[in-house]
Amino acid sequence: MTDMVNITINGKAVEVAAGTQLIDACEQNGTYIPRFCYHPRMTPVGKCRQCIVEVDTGRGMALMPSCMFPVSEGMVVDTESELSRQVQEGMLEHFLINHPLDCPDCDQGGECPLQDQAYSHGPGESRFVEEKRHFEKPISISPLVENDRERCIYCDRCTRFADEVAGDAFIHFMSRANFTEINIFPDEPFASYFSGNTVQICPVGALTATPYRFKARPWDIAKEESTCQTCSVGCRVSVHTSRDNILRLEGVDSDPVNWGWLCDKGRFNYENISHEDRLRTPLVRDRSGNFVAARWAEALDEAATAISEAISKSGPASIGVIGGSRLTNEDAYAWAKLAKSVIGTDNVDAQLGDGLPAEVVLGLPRATIDEACLPGGTILVLGPDAKETLPVLYIRLRHALTNDGARLIEITPTDTGLTELATASVHPIPGHTAEVVRAILEGRSDSDVAGVSREEIARVGELIRNGGPVTVVYGRGSVAEAAGVTTEAVSLLHEALPEARFLPGLWRSNVFGALDMGLAPGVLPGRVRLEDGKDWISQTWHNVPASPGLDTTGILNAAAEGRIDTLVLLGADPLADFPDADLAARAMAGARTIISLDRFLTESTAKADIVLPAAGFGEVDGTTTNLEGRVSRVAQRVAAPGSAQSDWVVAAELAFKLGADLGFESSEEIWDEIISVSPVHAGLSAEMLAEAANSDGVVVPLPQVVETVVTPTDETDSADTDSIDVGDAEALEAASEEGSPTAQTTEADAEETDEADETGDARVLSEEATKPALIALSGPVPSLSPQPIDAYALRLVTVKKMYDQGTLTAHSHSLAGLLPGAQLRLYPADFDKLGVVDGAQVRLRSEVGSIVVSVTSETTVPRGRAVLLLNQPGDRATTLISSNSVATDVRVEVL
Amino acid sequence: MTASLGTYSHIPGFFAGDRPKVVTGRFEYEDSHTLTRFEATEGYAALRKALAMTPAAVHDEIRNATVLGRGGAGFPAGVKWGLMPEGVYPRYIVVNGDESEPGTAKDRLLLQHDPHQLIEGCLIAAYAIGASRVFLYIRGEMALAQERVATALNEAYDAGYIGKNILGTDFSVDIVLHWGAGAYVVGEETALLESLEGNRGEPRLKPPFFPAAIGLYGKPTIVNNVETLSNLPWIIRNGAEAYTAIGTETSPGTRMIAISGHVKRPGVFEIINGSTTFREVLYGEDFAQGIRDGHELKTFVPGGGSAPWFLPEHLDMPFESRPVGAAGSMLGSAGIMVMDETTEIPAASLTLVRFYAYESCGQCTPCREGATWLERILTRIVNGQGTRKDLKMLFEVGGTICPGDFPHASSERLGLTATPFPFKMTTICFVGPSAYTAIHSALTLFPDEFEALVAANGDGPEPTLNSIPVSIVGVRA
Repeated sequence: MTDMVNITINGKAVEVAAGTQLIDACEQNGTYIPRFCYHPRMTPVGKCRQCIVEVDTGRGMALMPSCMFPVSEGMVVDTESELSRQVQEGMLEHFLINHPLDCPDCDQGGECPLQDQAYSHGPGESRFVEEKRHFEKPISISPLVENDRERCIYCDRCTRFADEVAGDAFIHFMSRANFTEINIFPDEPFASYFSGNTVQICPVGALTATPYRFKARPWDIAKEESTCQTCSVGCRVSVHTSRDNILRLEGVDSDPVNWGWLCDKGRFNYENISHEDRLRTPLVRDRSGNFVAARWAEALDEAATAISEAISKSGPASIGVIGGSRLTNEDAYAWAKLAKSVIGTDNVDAQLGDGLPAEVVLGLPRATIDEACLPGGTILVLGPDAKETLPVLYIRLRHALTNDGARLIEITPTDTGLTELATASVHPIPGHTAEVVRAILEGRSDSDVAGVSREEIARVGELIRNGGPVTVVYGRGSVAEAAGVTTEAVSLLHEALPEARFLPGLWRSNVFGALDMGLAPGVLPGRVRLEDGKDWISQTWHNVPASPGLDTTGILNAAAEGRIDTLVLLGADPLADFPDADLAARAMAGARTIISLDRFLTESTAKADIVLPAAGFGEVDGTTTNLEGRVSRVAQRVAAPGSAQSDWVVAAELAFKLGADLGFESSEEIWDEIISVSPVHAGLSAEMLAEAANSDGVVVPLPQVVETVVTPTDETDSADTDSIDVGDAEALEAASEEGSPTAQTTEADAEETDEADETGDARVLSEEATKPALIALSGPVPSLSPQPIDAYALRLVTVKKMYDQGTLTAHSHSLAGLLPGAQLRLYPADFDKLGVVDGAQVRLRSEVGSIVVSVTSETTVPRGRAVLLLNQPGDRATTLISSNSVATDVRVEVL
Repeated sequence: MTASLGTYSHIPGFFAGDRPKVVTGRFEYEDSHTLTRFEATEGYAALRKALAMTPAAVHDEIRNATVLGRGGAGFPAGVKWGLMPEGVYPRYIVVNGDESEPGTAKDRLLLQHDPHQLIEGCLIAAYAIGASRVFLYIRGEMALAQERVATALNEAYDAGYIGKNILGTDFSVDIVLHWGAGAYVVGEETALLESLEGNRGEPRLKPPFFPAAIGLYGKPTIVNNVETLSNLPWIIRNGAEAYTAIGTETSPGTRMIAISGHVKRPGVFEIINGSTTFREVLYGEDFAQGIRDGHELKTFVPGGGSAPWFLPEHLDMPFESRPVGAAGSMLGSAGIMVMDETTEIPAASLTLVRFYAYESCGQCTPCREGATWLERILTRIVNGQGTRKDLKMLFEVGGTICPGDFPHASSERLGLTATPFPFKMTTICFVGPSAYTAIHSALTLFPDEFEALVAANGDGPEPTLNSIPVSIVGVRA
């Protein structure tokens, strides 16, 4: 409970929390003080002087900037005194004397704090008759931001944001006095991933975003809150539309999530929504194998036929469903139900082999972003580079490090965007990460381990043991290292640090919603194991697969071997994204029929037999789940192009064609079913989500649910069943062999389904069935050991950059040009060893493939590693990786 | 030594006279800046003496001497040192050698002609307050001063006066020399700290009001003027009592002043503090020797370009900050600028406002916009294109920088009484108000000269962008 102090605002006695800035205290009590430089998410600087008011702290009335004047007991403020008014009017007149007043053709006109406050607090007319200050009209300071220096009022918001929030101080005040300007340094563009935020917080039209310039007037825009679907951080956004077009996204200041900030990728990739290449009609193959537009009925018939033929010929396990992290929670649930209950296959995986096993992600105690950013806490980053893949999480973590005394320990394959703020940053040799983690936790200090010195190991161990509460942010830093290594490392951490909480760093937009909805092998909706939840869900679902199926790697292996008859791609592009390019290609060739639900004709979709156009962000209503497990709403604002449909509608239609009824007719009905079926979503009604108080979203499970549902399972029991499938080849083999018995069971169940449908509503939950326990990670995890590196090889590290050839970026014209391009990055000293020069083209050869790429030197790359950027134009890095290897070694051949 | 008593041919413009010399004692020697000369003339004796005392005793001695800060604010150095939070280390001393106030030229001479005295002062101060590092910030344009201070620092390092275990004691200190890049505003102590840290030279927001608590790199920092620190060796050698015996009780010791403008002998002088009057320094035979022949005093600026102006009727005011403040001006950096009756007051004030408008750091609105606006209105008036409305506007625009009453001197001729210091301001530092000072004094004390310039235009036509000829000032493509 904060202390309260009594102050007097314009003669009215009020009580406010001690430490509040006077400007906020006044606003909370209904008195608005005009301001420009003040921004509640940044350090007050008191530069614009607009918020100066007369304040008496016992020493007589004095003029103080209220944005950097915390309230104190007995303070008396008069915001309307003659002097206060004289200052406010004076400042506004000053702002306007050199301001070009080109409001009619300024994008900011109509939503401009300068304009608004000139009306509300300004002097009414200007006495300035001199010629105004002139600068060249907008100059480009980056491909995304234009800078009109004439309009600038020098509030220091953009420069402060770039420097203190984003850590990219690429824009700065230049020159002095009347010649002051905001600009970039010569030949160094404002190449920040967060530049769009400066446009949003610019109080005038000085900074404008190229994608929005001259597109609309504020009064023609409709706004609605939604949740960004670019990555799994799930930033709250305001979607600005006009005439069925999304014109702009702005960050919403959501306290637990994004604080108003967005990354440029999330802010500007709405352009893809109206891209001309969007799929508008279903496509099927004609006799000569070319795509032809089809009606939905035809395409669905073909799809249903393919599926039912597969079931009757080879059993439901011959059907695999890959993808689903683009979907809303409702879509994902509908597809989980279709696949697992109607079709009867558990070969379902929302991830593309570049993530982590669902049981790990769902089974670890989850942290919220706020918990990770706890003042005085220790943040342990295991793997991902948040700046590249979870950009706004990077901003939050950065703030915790720079402002709240949190400490960062990195165990990553290379330096990340946060390395310069890290207390310790170690880069184990890929394949040995778990070994290093083990050494750290055991406090070993006798020898160096896998490229990490014993001093570092001792130091990191010391920091973990004696720092504040530990939050582990984990994920796949490099897909060239097997998932099992990360799995082992996190389970070691979980075992050694029972109090530690975990924030998963998988980046695909709604991958967590998809996992929560059961779009993964061996799990059911609500973070429940298939075997634990079978009885419970049978009350709603007519049918449940008998045993856990295959993950994406397993499905693709099976497909390559001809054991997958029909492959369904839910917005998945395995050819581009699966870490083993060769396996993906063989699998795509091996599957008899490929059905793809997508928004664009991606590389994989182009190889499909039946293409169903899907609606996406901005075109569907529903909910999404972020990496914390926070469920928030996404809003439909525009119509999907052509006849594109929501994914759940396609699922329902397909079910119908297959002779089943999914039992819902709207996304609201799906949500109602989700909360009745899923133990983690229990209690979270649609009404509750719609409440204004929950506009930031709600983290599931709700606290009361945690108490009632999460009952610890029997110890002996869990030892058997809880050991996790780490993608180790033998286990996969075994699982896929189980395919046929599974098929038989599900076939039998399918008959029951029909009966159940006739007998009545199966969705009424029986009181006797007890809710299943949530997955909890425990038990031993197998250790993986990589092959030794030979003296001529470098160990491969793949890095995902923010801008790659992903569908959203590739189809947003403003972002498409920002890709860094395929690159091999090496430590400079390795250049001599290999005899290469900067910029040279080299051939990289691994055991399974080879690519040609240009090489650059980078001191942030550890020695002996070859860092490749993923999914960039040019040869594919994943050509080099085999899904069977723990780590990949490459040799560099000079061309 | 050819000229009259106390003029040194090797320091043109400096006139020693027959007065006590606290900081200019060595100026008579042409090689006063060398270590040889310094050591031969009691150099570093004060340091040896101080090191034999406890730091607290040294601090007491300086506190008892009441050395008023010579940078402009006149805050006693001994008291300032005491504002440092106890037990917080490291702490720093920063020497403000960024002397750029219009009309001021004292620190430059001290830096050029007795750099070792300043170094000794720094060492004494560092010893007294427990600073481990001293930063010497010297104005970018002072090439000779920089060269001589750099040489002196090297000499002192070689001789063991600076560095580890000074003179065999366990007292160690480093002195870092930093050259400014030519910004007036960096003379403001917090802007100087920012500049020293490698940032734009922009004054810091207050509070914290004193860098003593949170200063350079967030550590307790004492920022002292060159002249202030140059006083310390003499005080330690001769004792606080000897120092307070010179000058008055509230303003002891001597003080360096600079006189420029329409006097017979402009120059730099070390005067007895407190008791000397403006009449003495402007008309005294040992000083400026009066207004140039055939002319009479019209007005003078008593304390650097930022100080409100005085009239002949204020000549008997002593060099004592309290009465000068009550009379509506300040001693500031003791740069006296003299104007005789040939001076066109509006043009003179324009010269000053132009300087401040140009030197604004651009950080806060009223100074960045207001100062340039004032300059441009005044430019129009001086060019004969102003109207009566413009005169009123000068006050109104100035009023947005300094709302409420603004200090000015009294005038018998106009029947004006003085408005004393202090004043209210909307800016972060004093550069903005300084831009208004000259205009305010000129308009208040000589309204008729402005009236004459605008008389032909009267209230003028309603100004429109097309009807007023504009001069483009401060514009670039």
